[in-house]
Order: sequence, then structure tokens, then C-alpha cells
Amino acid sequence: MGFFLETLISGLMVGMLYSLVALGFVLIFKASGVFNFAQGAMVLFAALAMARFAEWLPPLLGLQNKILSNAIAFVLAMLTMVVVAWLIERLALSRLVNQQGVTLLMATLGIAYFLDGFGQSLFGSDIYKLDVGLPKDPLFLLEGTFQGGILVNKEDLYAAAIAAVLVSMLALFFQKTATGRALRAVADDHQAAQSIGIPLNRIWVIVWSVAGFVALVAGIIWGSKLGVQFSLSLVALKALPVVILGGLTSVPGAIIGGLIIGVGEKLSEVYIGPALGGGIEIWFAYVLALAFLLVRPQGLFGEKIIDRV
Amino acid sequence: MLYRENGQFKVSYAADQQIFPILQDRVAVALMLVFAFVAVPLLASDYLLRAILTPFLILSLAALGLNVLVGYCGQISLGTGAFMAVGAYAAYNFFIRIDGMPMLAALLLGGVCATAVGVVFGIPSLRIKGLYLAMATLAAQFFCDWAFLRIQWFTNDSTSGSVSVPALNAFGLPIETPVQKYLFCLALVAVFALLIKNLVRSHIGREWMAMRDMDVAAAVIGIRPIYAKLTAFAVSSFVAGVAGAMWGFIYLGSWESAAFNIDRSFQLLFMVIIGGLGSIMGSFFGAAFIVVLPIVLDQVLPALGAGIGLRFDTATVSHVTLMIYGALIVFFLIVEPHGLARLWSIGKEKLRLWPFPH
Repeated sequence: MGFFLETLISGLMVGMLYSLVALGFVLIFKASGVFNFAQGAMVLFAALAMARFAEWLPPLLGLQNKILSNAIAFVLAMLTMVVVAWLIERLALSRLVNQQGVTLLMATLGIAYFLDGFGQSLFGSDIYKLDVGLPKDPLFLLEGTFQGGILVNKEDLYAAAIAAVLVSMLALFFQKTATGRALRAVADDHQAAQSIGIPLNRIWVIVWSVAGFVALVAGIIWGSKLGVQFSLSLVALKALPVVILGGLTSVPGAIIGGLIIGVGEKLSEVYIGPALGGGIEIWFAYVLALAFLLVRPQGLFGEKIIDRV
Repeated sequence: MLYRENGQFKVSYAADQQIFPILQDRVAVALMLVFAFVAVPLLASDYLLRAILTPFLILSLAALGLNVLVGYCGQISLGTGAFMAVGAYAAYNFFIRIDGMPMLAALLLGGVCATAVGVVFGIPSLRIKGLYLAMATLAAQFFCDWAFLRIQWFTNDSTSGSVSVPALNAFGLPIETPVQKYLFCLALVAVFALLIKNLVRSHIGREWMAMRDMDVAAAVIGIRPIYAKLTAFAVSSFVAGVAGAMWGFIYLGSWESAAFNIDRSFQLLFMVIIGGLGSIMGSFFGAAFIVVLPIVLDQVLPALGAGIGLRFDTATVSHVTLMIYGALIVFFLIVEPHGLARLWSIGKEKLRLWPFPH
């Protein structure tokens, strides 16, 4: 039982990180109808920027304070992501308005290749350590109930807290601010939004910046756990079944879907994996999402209107 | 002036139905075939044949298969790599496990296995489409990656996980030198291109296109969606499977499942989109573009860097190549979303009127 709970919790933690990446997907899909394959590349790019700024800044400015230099690096990385968002909107998306979904999908793949190459030639392509001060020591819970207790990483707990704060901030932003309302209006209907004077281009830049922000947070959490390296870019592929499971247009769906996929992946790996030869994590999420699609094509929380054939 | 159809009258049904109704087109295609079959093997260097032309031909075939699905039937697939892998591994198992199995038969049987897998993973397309379908085919991709890596039986229990084929021959002729490999691929690709061209002109191709353009309307006029979609999946994955088997047998010689990973699927989708959706010619253009581009960039970049006094190391070159590749893809999608085949047909249209403006 203790082992089961441990697996469950580690699955929840991984799932939460998937949710963060999936959140970026959902935000962009909602606001511009683009299925953003570049989200993974954005996570890598943001994490690389953060890691390298945090490394370059202290000697440059003579800073001793770790928190301060990390904060400045964070702001700089965020600014970089805004510039990237602006460039993507200016150079690619605004010229691809009204194209088919698959063309846009391919365009974001092109952007993903570009960002991968650009990030690595700008910031280097080694594995970088990213230390934002998350504690790494393990924590034992419920030692009275189970023998030896349940092993939980403190880092994971902090990460979960950060993710929760992030999601509630986003929810507030979307529900309570004027910009958030404009974003939702654009998500509902481009033309109607434009006709009442919401500038589409600016909205897209904002959405991509917000997605960049989410990517930065996801990148920092993953990066401080596993080091900043190219494999971060592949996280996006794990986030795809998450969005499909949760529904392409639903923010809560992305969160819950991420948790389901994370837990399902870990539990299946531990309990079914050995019988199948191991490594089933790679496809389990996809097959789960696929099976789900056959029963409920719009996903858990997706809009009911869907192209059913 | 030269390219004009004036005075070419069709006087029989056969003449009305031919693939190239214009005499100049027929001559041009015949010349191109002669050039490809005779002149290229005589003139091209071994490097050109081995490293560029053979992969170009095989990937064009795979792109052709994908184009049937995406371009003609309108179903997005991100799992072509998986179907290629199924073809390659099935062909390998037929070839190794059955004594005296001719290679060509093994290749085609590999295609048949890929067809079966393709149809199974095509079943979700009856319920879902667009991006959701893309996801479903991604499931095929990851599942096959895993299966060929982990299930020992497929790799004939080889310890390293990679498989290799012994010396090849077809109809008693050896296929060993680059020229022989090139000719073998060219012959197969030409036959398949002809078959597919005729398939998309037939009633079944029309069903696919009707399904692509508007599925509800197609169903109303009596096209069965199940039949149309699953045949498209079947044909597409058969061709992809044969291409995959050729990729393994002829181009690579020995391979492991990473040769058919998700990047291959993306690459093929790029070929189809940059070449032109729903165009046979486009598949070849797209394959040429995607195969040649990285090679050219690899060659040109260091030279260019040396020209302006910069020295690139190999890592930088590969990153810059990635950047330019991505940027060019976006650029192409912006300036010509209908692909290179559209440019080709615009060129032909202009040529028909030249030198008069109307």
C-alpha cells in the first residue's frame, strides 16, 4: 500500500508538469486555433535562457545574492519569451491567417525546429544546471501508518504549489482582467471580437507571451529537476495526449488530463510494464487517450461541438 | 509557343482518358524517364547515387503513400514512420525466417503487413478527424517504436536490437552497387507512381477526394465513409510499408527502430505539404526539397562562414541547419501554402499562353 501511494504521488507530480506544458497548448489553441507544436521548443528555449542568464549575470553585475540574480534572470528570460512571441506573431502567424489547420500545425513545427536550433546556438547545447533554490531533500509522510512512511520529494511539493499558484493566477487573469476578457472573446469568435474593436494581432502576441510564461515556469521546474537539456523539447509530445484527454479548449481539462496521464503512466509502468517487457510509458499515454477518444471524442471537458463523422 | 495543345483533338475515349492528354507532356515524361534510367546511372557519381538519389526515391515513395491519405482523402497522419517500420520489420522477418524468399516478395509482404496495421489504426478516423486523428496516428507511432525496440521476436532476437539483411538480389540480379540500388528503387517507384496515379483517377480516388472535400455531402451521394477512409489508410500504409522496407533493405542495410521514429513522420508530412497536397508530382518535389536541403546547408554553411571570417564547429552547423530548415518551412508555407506543385502548374499555365498575355 505504501509503495502504491508512493507511485501514485510520483505520478501526480509528473502529471502536474505535463499539465503545465499542456496548459500552454490549450491557451494558444483557444485564442488562435493553432495547435502549437512549438510549445516543447518554447519550454526548452525558456529554460535555456533562464539557466544561462542565471549563470552569466552574477559575474557580470557582481551580484552575490542568489535570489536576486535568479529573479533578474527570470525577468530577462520572460522578456526574451515576449520578444519571441512577438516575432512569431509578426513573422509567421499574422501571415498565415485563414490557412488550414494542418498548414498552421506544420508552421508551428517549423517554428519548433527554428527555436530548437536558435536556442542551442545562442545559449549552448550542453546540459545546464538550474538551481532556483528548491529544496532537494526527501520527506517521509505518514510514518505512523505505513512502515517506513511514504517517500516524497520536497522539491516536488514546491513544484506542485508553484503550479497551483500559476493556474489560479491564470484563471484570475482570464476571468477578472479586461485583457483576459478580450482573450476569451477572441477565443469564442475571431470575427465578432475584431468587429467590436479587439486588436487580434495584439491579442495573439499576449497569448503567445502567456504561453511563453507558462513554458518558462514548466521549464524551470523540469530543468531544476533534471537539468536543462534538449530532451525538454520532447516533453511536448507527452503533453499531446494530455490535451486530447482533457479536451483541446479546456484549462481544467489540461490539469486533470495531465494528472490522469501522469498517474496512469507511472502505475501502468510499475504494475503492467514488467509483463510487457518494460518501457511502456512511451506509448501508454497515447493508447489511453486513443481509447478515450473512441468513447468520448471531445475529451473530458472539451466543447460538445466537435467534428463527428 | 512550344507548349500548346492547339490542334490536338481527342477522337476516342482512350485518348480522352490518358494520363497526359497533351503531346508535349508525354514527350517530356518519356524524356525524363529515359534520363533517369539511362543518363543518371552513367553520369552520376557513386556518392550522388548512394547519398542523395536513392534516399530521395524511397522517401518520395513514402511521401506518395502519405499523400494518398492526407492529400487525397484529407486524413492527417503523423504515424507514417510507424507504417514504414512495420513494413521494414515484417519484410525482414519474411526474408530471414522463410528460406528462399525472393526479396521483392518480402518487400511486398512487408507492405501487406503495414496495410493491416494501418487499417487498425485507421479505425478511429471513422469517429474523429483533424488534430484528434493526428493524435491517434501518433499513438501508432509510439507503439511501433516501442514494439520494435522491446519485443525481441521482431528483431530475430538480435542482442543489439538492430537488424541487418544479407546480400540482396532481385530476379537473380544482384543489388549491391549504388547504381544497381538506384535502378531497383527507380523501377519500383516508377511502377508505384503509375499505379497510384491511376488509382486516384479511378472511382476510388474520386471517393477519397469527395470524402476530403466534404464528408457529409459525400455520404449523402452514397459514398461509404468507412470504405473510403479505410481504403485510403490501406493504400497509404501499403505504399509506406513498401517504402519502409526499401529504406531498411536497400538504403540502410542494417537498422534499428530509431530509423523510423517520429522525426521521420514529421519529415514525410513536410514533404507532402511543401510539395503539394493531392499531387503526385508534388510528392517528388517535396521529397527532393527535404532530402537535398539539409545536405546543401551542411555543405554551404561552413564555406559561407569561412567566407565572412567565421569558423563554425559541427555543433553550430547542425543548429544553424535546424534553424534555416525551420525558417524555410515557415517561409514556404507563407508564400506558397499550396506547395511546389502549385508553382509547377502555374508555370505550365503561363507557358501555354506565352508569349501572348491572354
